[in-house]
Amino acid sequence: MGAIEGIGYLAGGFVVAAVVGMFAHWFDRKITARVQWRVGPPLFQPVYDFVKLLAKEVIVPEGASRFLFLSAPLFGLAATTVISALFLRTVIFPGETFVGDLIVVIYLLTIPSQAIILGSFASANPLASLGGSREMKLLMSYELPFLLVVLVPVIKTGGTIRLGEIIQYQAAHGSVIASISGVIAFVIALICMQAKLAKVPFDAPEAETEIMGGAYIEYSGVALGLFKLTQWMMMYVVPLFLMILFIGAVNWRQSWFNLVFAVLIYIGILLFITLVRNTNARLRIDQIMKFFWVMVTPFAVLAVILAFLGL
Amino acid sequence: MSLKIKALTKSIWVFHLAASPCNNCDIEILDLLTPRWDIERFGIQLVGSIRHADAILVTGSMNRKAHERLKRVISQAPQPCFVIALGNCACSMEMFGNSYNQMHCLDEVTKVHAYIAGCPPKPEAMIQGVIALIQAQLAALKK
Repeated sequence: MGAIEGIGYLAGGFVVAAVVGMFAHWFDRKITARVQWRVGPPLFQPVYDFVKLLAKEVIVPEGASRFLFLSAPLFGLAATTVISALFLRTVIFPGETFVGDLIVVIYLLTIPSQAIILGSFASANPLASLGGSREMKLLMSYELPFLLVVLVPVIKTGGTIRLGEIIQYQAAHGSVIASISGVIAFVIALICMQAKLAKVPFDAPEAETEIMGGAYIEYSGVALGLFKLTQWMMMYVVPLFLMILFIGAVNWRQSWFNLVFAVLIYIGILLFITLVRNTNARLRIDQIMKFFWVMVTPFAVLAVILAFLGL
Repeated sequence: MSLKIKALTKSIWVFHLAASPCNNCDIEILDLLTPRWDIERFGIQLVGSIRHADAILVTGSMNRKAHERLKRVISQAPQPCFVIALGNCACSMEMFGNSYNQMHCLDEVTKVHAYIAGCPPKPEAMIQGVIALIQAQLAALKK
């Protein structure tokens, strides 16, 4: 793949993720408003928010590490863009991806969280470092069951670690989710996704009413805008990752109907995130760790064992 | 430039700054978020951090202790940021004007962009005040 093609994929991945992510953010807010019997924001609200943040002043707090404070949002945005580009390539040409891109994606998915941790510690604000330490614990909580359930599609599809092969295998032999281990793994992956996106009940790192935006408290202007954009793009990237792994519905080469099906599933997942967010209260960070390590991880191990047994 | 200003008027994030209020105005502010008025329709949101704010709603008569803190908080807001005095106390100190612990009125400390009178002002009055502020800014830009 040439350099120009690569840049094309990066640009395409960024645009797709930004547009779909902004739509996802609007959808989230609109459904929240409807649940609360309100009208909700207009469709272009995320665009207004982002453009407005670009025009605002960027303040670097006294005592903050200037370089790290300003570059942290870029790390997160860059990682999300690369994942989105990889997914774009995988969806367009499932046969032409490189071996091990699944592992690369898993690594890259943790970088937005690490960017939040770095940025919050660099901002020299006690509430921000509280948010950062919570983000760190949250990352450690959900990452273990998440890695375990990602193993399930790998085992089911004959040990491949190429996203393209996982899609092609599911197109030929049926979705991973159409089995007991697949269902358990998918449910756990949905819970982990909620934590990855830091939505209620797992939004302890940014707890608006408690530590005033936590990790983002000192961010303003462009830097805050990039963090928000990364958050919105994650709302496109993570559900798509689950769809590739468990449903394989993005295989549009088989029939164009699959694409419609994929969009419907994506909207369904967004609806699930929003409804869970609206019907739960925030958990404390120790409750989150206990929940993931004691309640979720055994089920993830069970799913892996069932997958090995071929169920 | 016009795009930025348009975006700013469509997405106002409000920081609520309570400078020794009696809490009456604060309760009325929360009314704005309820289904009946729902200011999120216009992209207006309450935010927890002053760094995210586009407008600062100041309630209360601002006594001696709140005075210093208010100056510090307002100086931390990223520009462009507007200050709105909400309620009779913030507008004019009202009946606390001659009190021993009152030093200054809000507009002697910082530039106030909009005054919303009332004790407490109705949510409709607050929405009208914000609209007046937006229109004044847009008109100032056109000149």
